[in-house]
Amino acid sequence: MTGYIARRLLASVPTLVLISMVVFGILALAPGDPLGQFAANPDVPPEVRMNIRHQLGLDQPIPVRYVKWSTAFLHGDWGYSFASRVPVDRLILQRLPTDLWVVGSSYLVAVALAVPIGVLSAVKQYSVFDQIATTFAFIGFSLPTFFTGLLFIIVFSVRLRWLPFIYNVQVTDPLGMIKQAVMPVGVLALFNSASLMRYVRSSMLDHVGQDYVRTARAKGVVQRKVIVRHVLRNSLIPVVTLLALGLPAVFVGAVITEQIFRVPGIGSLLIASIQNSDTPVVMAITFVYAILVVLFNIVADVLYGLLDPRIRYG
Amino acid sequence: MAERGLSLLVHDLRTGRLTRRQAVSRLIALGMSASGISAVLAGAAPRAARAAAGGRGASGVLKLLFWQAPTILNPHVAQGTKDYLASRVCCEPLLTVDEAGNFTPVLAANVPSRANGQVAADGRSVTYKLKPGVKWADGRPFTADDVVFTYQFVANKETGATTYSTYANVAKVEPVDPLTVKITFKAPTPAWYLPFVGGNGMIVPRHALDAYVGSNARNAPFNLKAFGTGPYVVDSFRPGDLVVYSINPNYREPNKPAFSQLQIKGGGDAVSAARAVFETGEYDYSWNLQVEWPVLQHMIAEGKGQLITGAGGGVEQIYCNMTDPNKEVDGQRSSVKAPHPFLTDVKVRQALALAVDRQTIAQQLYGLEGDATANVLTTPTSLASKNTKMVHDVAKANQLLDEAGWQRGPDGIRQKGGVKMQVTYQTSVNSLRQKEQEIVKAGWGQIGVGTTLKSVDAGVFFSSSPGNNDTYAHFYTDVEMFTSTFDSPFPAAYMGRFYSGDPAKDLAQKENNWAGLNICRWVDKQYNALYEQAQAELDPKKGADLWIKMNDRVVDQAVSIPLIDRKSVDAHSNSLDVGKNLSPFDVGTRNIADWRRKA
Repeated sequence: MTGYIARRLLASVPTLVLISMVVFGILALAPGDPLGQFAANPDVPPEVRMNIRHQLGLDQPIPVRYVKWSTAFLHGDWGYSFASRVPVDRLILQRLPTDLWVVGSSYLVAVALAVPIGVLSAVKQYSVFDQIATTFAFIGFSLPTFFTGLLFIIVFSVRLRWLPFIYNVQVTDPLGMIKQAVMPVGVLALFNSASLMRYVRSSMLDHVGQDYVRTARAKGVVQRKVIVRHVLRNSLIPVVTLLALGLPAVFVGAVITEQIFRVPGIGSLLIASIQNSDTPVVMAITFVYAILVVLFNIVADVLYGLLDPRIRYG
Repeated sequence: MAERGLSLLVHDLRTGRLTRRQAVSRLIALGMSASGISAVLAGAAPRAARAAAGGRGASGVLKLLFWQAPTILNPHVAQGTKDYLASRVCCEPLLTVDEAGNFTPVLAANVPSRANGQVAADGRSVTYKLKPGVKWADGRPFTADDVVFTYQFVANKETGATTYSTYANVAKVEPVDPLTVKITFKAPTPAWYLPFVGGNGMIVPRHALDAYVGSNARNAPFNLKAFGTGPYVVDSFRPGDLVVYSINPNYREPNKPAFSQLQIKGGGDAVSAARAVFETGEYDYSWNLQVEWPVLQHMIAEGKGQLITGAGGGVEQIYCNMTDPNKEVDGQRSSVKAPHPFLTDVKVRQALALAVDRQTIAQQLYGLEGDATANVLTTPTSLASKNTKMVHDVAKANQLLDEAGWQRGPDGIRQKGGVKMQVTYQTSVNSLRQKEQEIVKAGWGQIGVGTTLKSVDAGVFFSSSPGNNDTYAHFYTDVEMFTSTFDSPFPAAYMGRFYSGDPAKDLAQKENNWAGLNICRWVDKQYNALYEQAQAELDPKKGADLWIKMNDRVVDQAVSIPLIDRKSVDAHSNSLDVGKNLSPFDVGTRNIADWRRKA
């Protein structure tokens, strides 16, 4: 097992280097630059604009910039944002707690919703409960988050005045924090739980028809114990690996939801930086996301091997 | 004795030991007049009521929402208006100015003028007297030396200050004494009010930035934790998200500001920013609501907030390219060596101007957010020309084109000598702008001009990168449209867009990395002569005449077709009184010390 992990980690290094080169190349070649704000403003003369470009290192050839960036990154220096000159790691760390709170808890809520509903759906297949749950799953999956987000805002904020719709990190009292997190978390959880629920259901259905379940029932084991102790544990194995693969998305956050509710997470930082051509920030976020994806892929595979005794890695 | 008795009575009243009725009867017994009694009662009102009437920090938290978030708080390396708004609550200039060009002293003790001798008659210098007793937020005194330092910070080319041009004509800034500073100009100029005035003129403290002049400027901690002579200091700053301010304990006006904490939140879009003020009341103030008028009207009807508009948001105009965007010469298109096949004919341009229906655009799309205009120069209002007329005359336009020899072809598009009158028309991606384009295209269709519409992402359109063909400066289309903004009552920078005194520098082209301001590549000796005269003309009336003549020349020659005189559009909640805060040459938070809750 350790050999397997070591081999996988080693193989991921060239993958990550290639990813970083491609992303850097695309960003460097893309049109737009951080000085776009000055274009319609006649106050910034050409020499000053050239000076700023020089200071930001934008006038050097792309391979030189890439080498500079990668050596700095390996030393833990993620560079400085072009816009605010704040170190990029500080920017990301500032936003990480909010990200984890909103997107992370939406992920947990999605799991907490999806698993029981999926199990019940599978056990009572084709019943009324199953039909309703499936319908909601399809609705939740097909409606885009910007639509449900706006719908929630109009219903809960504008019409009913129950909840604030602009996320404010200054709010520290627990009730206030929950009130402003309800809508973004709800929107995201609805979307994520839909697909997860269907997956749990199909995984359960695979196992519920197996011989050992019939044996357990024949032995007289209570239906609830059969489902929970035997079927669920086995059918959760692929689900857990799916969850492990979905975890890196928590880091990048939910870009659209963050824009709508003004949640200062890493997703909105990414979008704002792309629009402002703030290359160091975009590079850092994209590359960390790539690292997380590769890492969690390895974690998912290892987890699968640990949980399923039928699978052994050489 | 009576005084002591009176103060005891006031104390008892304040602490509640005496009721107002008892106090009034005692005062009557003492023989006080009615006005005297009411004065005593007002002064003796319980502390809370008195504070609400105007004490510092009594009104709690004030929340502002911008749909672009501030990213840096140093006004001289700022990236956009959002950053000026955020730094203006901490830092102040010497004077502020409104849309008519009237000055009000801020850190200066008075407004310099020829009459009081502070503006030199030869236009070479101006002397400011500073307000005494002003302190920085950390308690150190504000002196003329800080004004000198601000100039040194901005003028250093290595700093890359974005306010650089405003100080380009300054030769030196010297402290005459701790409260007097003299600015000397390189060339005599009527614009003594360019440096240190309004949004571009905020004074920054020497002791905070001394070590950060030059290439180190962007690393200064001051950029993220600004402080100044203004009513607030930065408490915490999350770039791209939220700035939290607390009161400056050393602010010079004792009863201001009214709010103990200020929060400026940024991000998202303009529509939801408007919604937060008009519909849910979550925020007290929202800036620059570039929302389509029908949508905005619907929100205003909810009644929780008020829309305020200020003149001078800029003029949305269509620029005509004097060069051919379809021919490549010397590795560039729209080259000065390749004149445009038909836009170089003034009759054609005038016809295009006549066929644009400005009123429809203004009424349907802008509403209260802008007025149709025939002028390129509209702000300050004293320089708005009265000689131009807004004309929408399709018949006359057709006549002009017929006279110029352009006949309609079988497809309705005019042509002459094998050249078809087909224009490409570009602007930035923005639903309002796309609708404007449709209206203009329909109008031009009526006079036999075929139009192809193009829209470019705003981040790309307004960028300055030399390698990108879609920027407004490259101008690789026949006409393009965007808003040019005003930054000073002296419109030199704004009108510089049509100047070509030094063609190699002024006309945008590959050789100067398309950094030249004159994107139309228009060379007009008459305009150049007027422009150079206006730079040196010291008499304000004669100067105004020259600027107006320049505007008239541009409009007459239809180099630019002005469409809408845009207003800056903000919103505030019904309970907030912001006074007259909007100004095209300064930012909306300039009077934030005076903002208060209506009772």
